[in-house]
Amino acid sequence: MSASDLAGSAASNQSAPSIRWGRVAREVLRTVASVLVTILGLLALTFFIGRLLPLDPVLAILGDDASQEAYDRMVVQLGLDKPLWQQFLTYVVNSLQFDFGTSLTSGKPVTEDILRVFPATLELATVAMILGTGLGIPLGVIAAANRDTWIDQVVRVLSLIGYSAPIFWLGLLGLTVFYAGLGWVGGPGRIDILYQYDLTPRTGLYLIDSALAGRWDIFADVFSRIVLPASILAYGAMAYISRMTRSFMLEQFSQEYIVAARAKGASRTQMIWSHAFPNIAVQLVTVVALSYAFLLEGAVLTETVFAWPGFGRYLTTALLRADMNAVLGCTLVVGLIFITLNLLCDIFYRAFDPRTR
Amino acid sequence: MTDTPVTSSRTSLRAWLEAPAASTPRQARAQAAWRGWKRLLANRAALAGLIVLILLVVIAAIGPLLTPYSPMSQDLSVRLQPPSMLHPLGTDDLGRDIMTRILYGARITLMMALLVALIAGPIGLIMGATAGYLGGWFDIVAMRLVDIFLSFPSLILALAFVAALGPGIENAVIAIALSAWPPIARLARAEALTVRKSDYIAASRLQGASSTRLILRHVMPICLPSVVIRITLNMAGIILTAAGLGFLGLGAQPPSPEWGAMLASGRQFMLTNWWLAATPGAAIMLVSLAFNLLGDGLRDVLDPRDE
Repeated sequence: MSASDLAGSAASNQSAPSIRWGRVAREVLRTVASVLVTILGLLALTFFIGRLLPLDPVLAILGDDASQEAYDRMVVQLGLDKPLWQQFLTYVVNSLQFDFGTSLTSGKPVTEDILRVFPATLELATVAMILGTGLGIPLGVIAAANRDTWIDQVVRVLSLIGYSAPIFWLGLLGLTVFYAGLGWVGGPGRIDILYQYDLTPRTGLYLIDSALAGRWDIFADVFSRIVLPASILAYGAMAYISRMTRSFMLEQFSQEYIVAARAKGASRTQMIWSHAFPNIAVQLVTVVALSYAFLLEGAVLTETVFAWPGFGRYLTTALLRADMNAVLGCTLVVGLIFITLNLLCDIFYRAFDPRTR
Repeated sequence: MTDTPVTSSRTSLRAWLEAPAASTPRQARAQAAWRGWKRLLANRAALAGLIVLILLVVIAAIGPLLTPYSPMSQDLSVRLQPPSMLHPLGTDDLGRDIMTRILYGARITLMMALLVALIAGPIGLIMGATAGYLGGWFDIVAMRLVDIFLSFPSLILALAFVAALGPGIENAVIAIALSAWPPIARLARAEALTVRKSDYIAASRLQGASSTRLILRHVMPICLPSVVIRITLNMAGIILTAAGLGFLGLGAQPPSPEWGAMLASGRQFMLTNWWLAATPGAAIMLVSLAFNLLGDGLRDVLDPRDE
C-alpha cells in the first residue's frame, strides 16, 4: 500500500503518462483489497447461515439414535468443540482451497459434485445468453428509435411480461404446448438415454462434444432439448437487456452530438448504428454480464421444471434433503461468480470507456 | 394553521390544491402530492396496475363470500373437473374448487408480500439512514454488508436462509426479507447523504437534539417516500421469489392454497388437466405484472426527467 502511494505521489509530479501508472497501481490495489474484503464477508455470511441451522449437524450425519461416545467423537471430528473463531478460520482456509466438505446426499466432496453438474448449467445459460442478447439489443434499439409508437409499446409489453411471469410456469406451459402438444421440441432432460453413454465427454458441453465427435444425430437430439429451456431463460434476460438498451439509447439521442450528426445530414440508420450505438456498447457489456449472472438464479427454477441435471437442480435437491455442505458450497460458488463477473465488468469499463478515466 | 381551508366543499379543496402559489409548506407538500397523483392517474398502465391491486385486496378481504366452497374440503367425486358453471376454474386432483383456492391464495400472497415489506423496509431504512447520517466506520461497515448481500441473486440467498431455517411460510418470509433489505438500505443512505449537511439538521443539532433523535425525526422521514416507492418496485420480485420458494416446496406447504405450492402440485397433471397448474401461474403473473406497472408509473411520477 505504502509503496504504491509513494509511487503515486512521485508520479504525480511528473509527466502525464506516469501519473496514470501511479493511479492505476493504486486503483488495482484498492480493487483487490475491496474484493478480498467482500469474499471474506461472503464466507462470514455462509458460515453464519450454517450456524443458524436449527437441526444438530452431528445428528444429521449420525442419525437420532447415535450413542453418546459416537456423538462426542463426531463433535471433535467436525471441530465443533473448538471456539467459534477457530471454526471460522478453518472454514475460511478450507473454502479458499475450494474444500466445501462432503455432500451428505452423494457422499462425495461438494466441489467434485459442482464441477460435474456445472457444464450442464453453463451450456444452458450460454445458449440462453446468446438468444437473449441477440434479441434484446436489437429490440431495445428499435424501441428507442421508435419511441412512443406502437413498436415501442409492443416491446415494452413483451419485456414487462418477461419480468412478471414466473419462469417455472412458463417452462411448464412451454413443455405442454411445444413438447406434448405440437412435438416441436425434445422432452425434459439433457440428452436421450440411448445416447447418454455414446457420447465421450470432452468439454462437458453436449452440443460441442457431439459436434466434435461428428455425431450429428446426437447433436440434433441435444439441440431439440436445449431449445425450450434456453428460450424460456432467455426471455427474462431479453426483457432486462432490451429495457436497458432502450434507456441507454434514449440517453444518447438526447445528446447534442446526435443533433449535430443529424444536421450534418447523417441518415437515421447511420445516426443510430454508427453514432449512438458505439457509445453504449461498453455499458451494454456490463448489462449482459450481469444478466448472465442472473441466469444462474433462473436456472434453479428452470432446471427443476426441465429435469436438467445442472447446478440448479443439484442445489434444490440438496435443499430438500437439508444437505447443508452442498447448499452452502453452491451459495458460495454463486457469490464468487457474481463477484468475478462484477470485477471483470469494472476492469472492462475502465479499460474501454475513456469517460471513466 | 389559520389559512387551512374549510374542506367541507369539494371545490375549495381543489382550489387549494391547484392554487398557483402555495402559501404554507403544508400546502406546497399537498400540492406536490396532488400533482404526482394526477400524473399517476394520467399514466394508463400504472392506473391499470393500481386497479388490479385494489381488486386483489378486495378479493383477499371478501374472498370467502364469493364462493360456496372451502379451500381445503375435498370431494373426490368431482376430482379433476374441467372449468364449468359450478367450478369456474375447474377442480384439482382432490376435488377442491380451484377458484376458491386461488381466492384464498391471494390472502397468503398479499400477507407474505406485506410482511416482507414490513420487515425489510424498516431494517433497510434504519440501516441506510443511520449509515448515511453518521458516516465514518458505521457507514463503511454497513455498506460493505450491503455489498456482500448483493453479491447473491436474491433467490439463491433466500434459498440458503430457508435451507438453514427449515421450510415453511414464516421462514420463507424471513428469508426473503433478509435478502430484500440491502437495496433499500443503499437507497436510504443515498437520501440521507443529501440531507445530512442541511441547515435544518444543523439547527436541530445546535438545539441539542441527539443523533438518535435527528435520525428518527429528521433524516428518516426524508428517506421514507423513496423507500416506499422502492418497495413497491421490488414487490413483483418479492412475489415471484415467494412463489418460487412455494414451487420448490420450501415455502408454504401443501395443502396450503399458496399459488406456488398449488402450481407444484398441479404440475403432474399438466398434460391431462392443464388448468391445475395454469391458473395459479396466471394469478402470480397478474399480480406481479400489476406491481410492475404501478412501480413503473410511480417511477415516472417521481422522476420527471423523462418529460
